[in-house]
Amino acid sequence: MRVSLEELAYVAKLAHLALPEDAAAQNKLLDEMESIINLANQLALANTENVAPTAHVLPLENVWRKDEVKNSLTTEQLLQNAPAQVANCFKVPAAITNANEEEKF
Amino acid sequence: MQLYEMTALALQKVIKEKQASIPEVVQSQLKRIESTDPKIGAYISTFPEEAMAEAQKQQKILEAGGTLPLLGGLPIAIKDNICTKDMLTTCASKMLYNFCPPYDATVISKLKEAGAIIVGKTNMDEFAMGSSTEHSAFHLTKNPWDTSRVPGGSSGGSAAAVAASLAPLALGSDTGGSIRQPAAFCGVVGLKPTYGTVSRYGLIAYASSLDQIGPFAKDVTDCALLYSVISGPDPKDSTSVMPKPFNQKANLEGNVKGLKIGLAKEYLANGLSFANRQALAKAQAILTEAGAEFVEVSLPLTQYNVPVYYIISCAEASSNLGRYDGIKYGFRAENAESLKDLYEKTRSQGFGAEVQRRILLGTYVLSSGYYDAYYKKALQVRTLVCQDFAAAFTKCNMLLAPTTPNSPWQFGEKSANPVDMYLEDIFTVSTNIAGLPGISVPVAQDETGLPVGLQLIGPAFGEENLFKAAYVLEQKGDRLGLLPRL
Repeated sequence: MRVSLEELAYVAKLAHLALPEDAAAQNKLLDEMESIINLANQLALANTENVAPTAHVLPLENVWRKDEVKNSLTTEQLLQNAPAQVANCFKVPAAITNANEEEKF
Repeated sequence: MQLYEMTALALQKVIKEKQASIPEVVQSQLKRIESTDPKIGAYISTFPEEAMAEAQKQQKILEAGGTLPLLGGLPIAIKDNICTKDMLTTCASKMLYNFCPPYDATVISKLKEAGAIIVGKTNMDEFAMGSSTEHSAFHLTKNPWDTSRVPGGSSGGSAAAVAASLAPLALGSDTGGSIRQPAAFCGVVGLKPTYGTVSRYGLIAYASSLDQIGPFAKDVTDCALLYSVISGPDPKDSTSVMPKPFNQKANLEGNVKGLKIGLAKEYLANGLSFANRQALAKAQAILTEAGAEFVEVSLPLTQYNVPVYYIISCAEASSNLGRYDGIKYGFRAENAESLKDLYEKTRSQGFGAEVQRRILLGTYVLSSGYYDAYYKKALQVRTLVCQDFAAAFTKCNMLLAPTTPNSPWQFGEKSANPVDMYLEDIFTVSTNIAGLPGISVPVAQDETGLPVGLQLIGPAFGEENLFKAAYVLEQKGDRLGLLPRL
C-alpha cells in the first residue's frame, strides 16, 4: 500500500520532522514507507478476534519506596547540557507570538 | 597470553595471585585499544586517564590489605546509550553529540560499586535502531573476524570490543536482538535478560516495553558473573521485577540431565543458512549427549514476529523520541524562526535517516484511522505470541533456536531496502515481544570461518537454566577460547 505524499506530510508534521524538499528524495522515502507498510499489512492475515491487546508483558504492580528526603540534581547540573540558557532557565525562541501566525493542529 | 586477551575470571585470578597489578591490567587494555581499535572502530569515546586513576585507587586498597568487590579491577565497555555521569553519552547520534549526563544509570552505579573500570563507550546504530551498526552517525564498526563485514547491531561496538579483546566485558541493550545478534556475528556470548530483571533507569529509551540491558562476555561464566552484578530490583524503574536473586555459581557444571529442550519446527523453515542448520544439529547432539531430551514444539505465529516488532517498536520510539527538541540538552539547530521551527529543524538535522523513518512509521501506525489496523492489531498478535511461547514451555524448559538466519553481511549489502535488514531479525524479536530471556552462544563456524552463534530461549526468569545449557554448548562446541587475528 502506497502512502500518499499528503499523508506523509501530515505524519511528518505530527512528528515535527521536515520532509526532504526534492522530489527524488521524497519518492525514495515513499518507496521505503511502502515496503515497510506492506510488511506490516501481513498482520491482517492473523486471526485476532476476541484477543485482548498486550501493551506490557509483565503483571506490573506499583513500586513503592520509603518517603525519604534525598539529594536531587542541582540547577547547575540540570542546565549543564542546555544549548542556550539565561538567568538559570532554558532559553528558547518565543513560544507565543502573534496569535494569527500560530499554526493550528 | 596477554592480559588484554584474558577472560574476566582469569584476570581476577591474576590480580588475586599478584601476577599483575590492577594498573597493569588496565594499562594493557588501554594499549590494546590504542593499537587495535583504529582497525575495528568499536569505541566512540575512551577514558584512559579516569580508568588509570581508578585502577591506582583500587590497587592502593588492595595493597593496604583490603578486598576487592566482585568486578574489582576489571575493564568494561559500555554501549553509548547507557548514561554515565559526566562521560559523553551520544547514542551514536548527532542529536546527542555533546551530551554528558548529570547522573549514572542504575547499571553503571552497580558496576562502579562492584569495582568495574569503565574504559570507554561503544559504537551502535543510532538510538539502537539497526542490525549492523551501519546507522551510527559517527563511524562504522568492523567485524573482528572479517573486517569487510558488519559486526551486527545495534550493540555492534560492544560485541566487537569483546571479540577483539578491547574489553573483557561489555554492556549492550537488546530491543529486538541488539545483544544476541551482534554476539552471534562476533563470536561472543550475549544475554538478553527477562524483561524487568535489569533496571532501565538511565538507558536512553528506544521502545520501552521491549528494551533490556544485558551483558556481553568472552564466555558463559563471565556473562553470568556480569549478569549477577547488573540484575536486581530498582526503585527507580517502575517495570523492575526479580522474584529471587540470580544464583550465578550453581549452574555452570556441565550438567543438563533431565532438561527438556524444544525445537520449533517453524524455525527450521526456509531461509535458514546451511551453516546455521549444521550448527543446530551439532548443538542438538551436544546437548543430547549431556543428558538433555529434545521435543518438537510449534510457534505458529513466527511469520508475524517481524511486522509485530516493527509496528510496536516504531510506535513506542515515535513517542520516546518526542523529547528531542533542542531545548534542554543535545543538538539545537541554528536560525530557527519560531519554537515550532526550532523543533522541526533540530529534529530533521539531528536524527539520521533510519531514525526519521522509524519515527514516521511509528507516528503513522498511531495516527487516527490506522491505530486499529496496525498498532492495536500488533498488540493483539503480541498476546498470541506470548500464548504460543507459554504453550511451548508446558512441554520443555527452554528452546534451542538460531540467533540469525545468515552469517554477517558485507557493508552496504542490506542497505538498499530497509526491509531486507528487518527480516534478519526474525529469530530474535519474539523474545522481546514476549519479555523472555535469550542467550546467544558461539557454537560453530560457517564455510568461511565466520562464527555461528545459537540461541537458547527460556520462560521468564529462566536465566539459570539458560546459563546451564549455554555452558555445555560452549564447552563442547568449536569456538571455545578462539580469538581473531588482528
